[in-house]
Amino acid sequence: MDALSGLALGFGNALTLANLGWALLGCFLGTAIGVLPGIGPALTIALLLPITFSVSATGAFILFCGIFYGAMYGGSTTSILLNTPGESGSIITSLEGAKMARNGRAGPALATAAIGSFVAGMVGTIGIAFLGPIIVELALQLGPAEYFALMVLCFVTVSAVLGGSAIRGLTSLFFGLLLGLVGIDLQTGQPRLTFGIPELLDGVNVVLVAVALFAVGETLYLAWRYVEGKQEVRAVGSIMMSRSDLKRSFWPWIRGAGLGFPFGVMPAGGTEMPTMLSYYAERKLAGPEARKEFGTTGAIEGVAGPEAANNAAAAGILVPMLTLGLPTSATAAIMLSAFQSYGIQPGPLLFTSQAELVWTLIASLFVANVMLVVLNLPLVGLWARILKIPQPQLYAGILVFATIGTYGISNSVVDLILLYGIGVIAMFMRRFDFPVAPVVIGMILGPMAEQAMRQALTISQGDWTTFVTRPVSACILAVALLALAGPRLYGAWLRRVAA
Amino acid sequence: MYIRRRNVLAAAAALPAAGLLPRGASAQQRFNSMYVFVPAGPGGGWDGLGRAIEQASRAAGLVGSFQFENVGGAGGTVGLPRFVSQRRGRGEAIMVAGAVMVGSVITNRTPVGLKDVTPIARMTTEPGVIVVPANSPFQNLQDFLNALRANPGAVAVGGGSAGGIDHITLGLILKALGKNAREASYVAFAGGGPAQAAILGAQVRAGISGVSEFAEQIRAGRMRALATTGETRSLDNVPTLKESGMDITLGNWRGVFGAPGINATQRQALVDWMTALHASPQWREIVQRQGWDDAFLVGDAFTQFLARDQAETEQVLRDIGLAG
Repeated sequence: MDALSGLALGFGNALTLANLGWALLGCFLGTAIGVLPGIGPALTIALLLPITFSVSATGAFILFCGIFYGAMYGGSTTSILLNTPGESGSIITSLEGAKMARNGRAGPALATAAIGSFVAGMVGTIGIAFLGPIIVELALQLGPAEYFALMVLCFVTVSAVLGGSAIRGLTSLFFGLLLGLVGIDLQTGQPRLTFGIPELLDGVNVVLVAVALFAVGETLYLAWRYVEGKQEVRAVGSIMMSRSDLKRSFWPWIRGAGLGFPFGVMPAGGTEMPTMLSYYAERKLAGPEARKEFGTTGAIEGVAGPEAANNAAAAGILVPMLTLGLPTSATAAIMLSAFQSYGIQPGPLLFTSQAELVWTLIASLFVANVMLVVLNLPLVGLWARILKIPQPQLYAGILVFATIGTYGISNSVVDLILLYGIGVIAMFMRRFDFPVAPVVIGMILGPMAEQAMRQALTISQGDWTTFVTRPVSACILAVALLALAGPRLYGAWLRRVAA
Repeated sequence: MYIRRRNVLAAAAALPAAGLLPRGASAQQRFNSMYVFVPAGPGGGWDGLGRAIEQASRAAGLVGSFQFENVGGAGGTVGLPRFVSQRRGRGEAIMVAGAVMVGSVITNRTPVGLKDVTPIARMTTEPGVIVVPANSPFQNLQDFLNALRANPGAVAVGGGSAGGIDHITLGLILKALGKNAREASYVAFAGGGPAQAAILGAQVRAGISGVSEFAEQIRAGRMRALATTGETRSLDNVPTLKESGMDITLGNWRGVFGAPGINATQRQALVDWMTALHASPQWREIVQRQGWDDAFLVGDAFTQFLARDQAETEQVLRDIGLAG
């Protein structure tokens, strides 16, 4: 069955009243859990697995995909408004998004995130329908050596968030790398830096650290430095995006979506790397006016790009699941186990043996995407009003929200101690002008890069040249070198010419 | 708590009386309520077994209601101490666990282990399978073994986390070939997806994992199965390691444990429940649908199996260099 007739069949099935109902329910649930930190789509779908005993396979998967897409939309809301990312893909969104919200631009930030998610969701879903099987074969050619090279490239993006002092920025980065080391080492099975605490064996949750650094740290800092008598209510500002906002968001959406989808398809890609790369790219490509807003008042490009990258990557994750039966994320793994409880064996034959189900699923992804943007855009005005709450009460609420969300991740008191411990560290970092974003980047990339490097070296029997003799890996490393050294060399050259 | 205990006593007292009723064994309610502790996240293998026990027990009328708790992490060693400390002496609580926990208790060097809970029954098992990419020069198990014999380091084998069953399987094979298990070139991947991708993309020379993990790729001809690790064949036309002349049988078994410090009567009640559950048509139907291998072993026989499994696992992990 070719893609067009498949889609026609799929839309025929997806547009029945019952299936539209499942899609709507999924989108609603997904948005709700996306807003709550701690509860992700994987957990929600796992809790809903028992419904597979009473609902048709098509209905259940439309519901699950609605939840999956919905959670990606909802995840940006708390990142922007409360500086509290709900999942690792929206951590980067909060860098500029929270700054925009603080400067009375919450509405445009939320709107560009919602529309960007829609654009990326559409690009990603079109990708699933037409490019899926081809691109996944290419992605399989990437081994640990190439992934290591990609992570080296992502490390370059740290330079965009280092702030004024390289020493301070690098200190933050190494703090993140240290946190990333905690837990059982995958390649040897041995615990590292766990101090005999079983809760630390699986490492420190990156969302927890992001919430502690961004939300708890800021709250504690304000409580510490708060000066009585400055009771001001923040301006909510215009809800709608201006013409210039739209213009400035358009290319970041497209670039973010284009960057995110292939990373999602890669078996070890994920949503974090493309959001970092997109943020870096937008920061470097921004015009002189916009560049001043980055890191100060919040630049809309820095929200539009990473959000689009996040959603396109999420769509991409469905490609290896549908075409090869490969679960490359926790959510995909649980969806695959749902396939099994219907007696459907997910695998390379799924597209042929269950063509109707697969195409209905893809069609319902388009439907869910439209529903989500219709559902979310009117909510923007409502959400933005949260900021009218006076600061002390608002920050108290953020603290409650962060605490409940963290406890929800694992029901563990150790996590709460970590949340506040790291929160206090973040408070002092803020006081002494250490940037917090490099901590998160180090913590995400450090362990991934370490594992990829050691996997590559085990395969090559300890031969380090594997990183430069494999052509794709060598190319990516060359790009990383260029991104790091290029601007400096160019600057030096300009100075020499001027002199 | 008092009320719960009384309920259990009442249920226990009601057992002989219920047996007199003409409704048959499957209609006896053995527990009013049951607490199921899953030391892993929702959606995984242990969780699946726990939910299946719930489903079949309720359908067969063996247990009134169920309460679940999932505490995931580190092969079950994060949740285990919690079950041990919170449920001591409680007869109406079970934990679902298995072979993975045996290994992780050893490699993580946790003070609390399976010695601290009460073995009740082994329910299912899943043998492993050794695969190579479809275009691999290894046509059969002998090719693979010859390459390993020549130079174990040159044959990169992918699988789940280090010290897990996949890694242990490779260690046992090398040992049977007279090689040092530490020479293995084992590449650990986080989860089945990345491991499968590395095998499909021929990034590694071979892979080891549970049969169900690779079955569809084998059926589609994208991977070639060389051998399975069970007692009997799990895939058509694929030999077991045992019939290929290696004395290795391994399986990812899953079973049920009671709380620590329960008395003989409480333990027997749980054993009887599992025996009745295993005999029920509802259980057979679930096992069939999920494609699980029935590995029912109960009471003292299971306790002996567990002791043997722990000793063997510890020995292999020591050979690989992962246990002190």
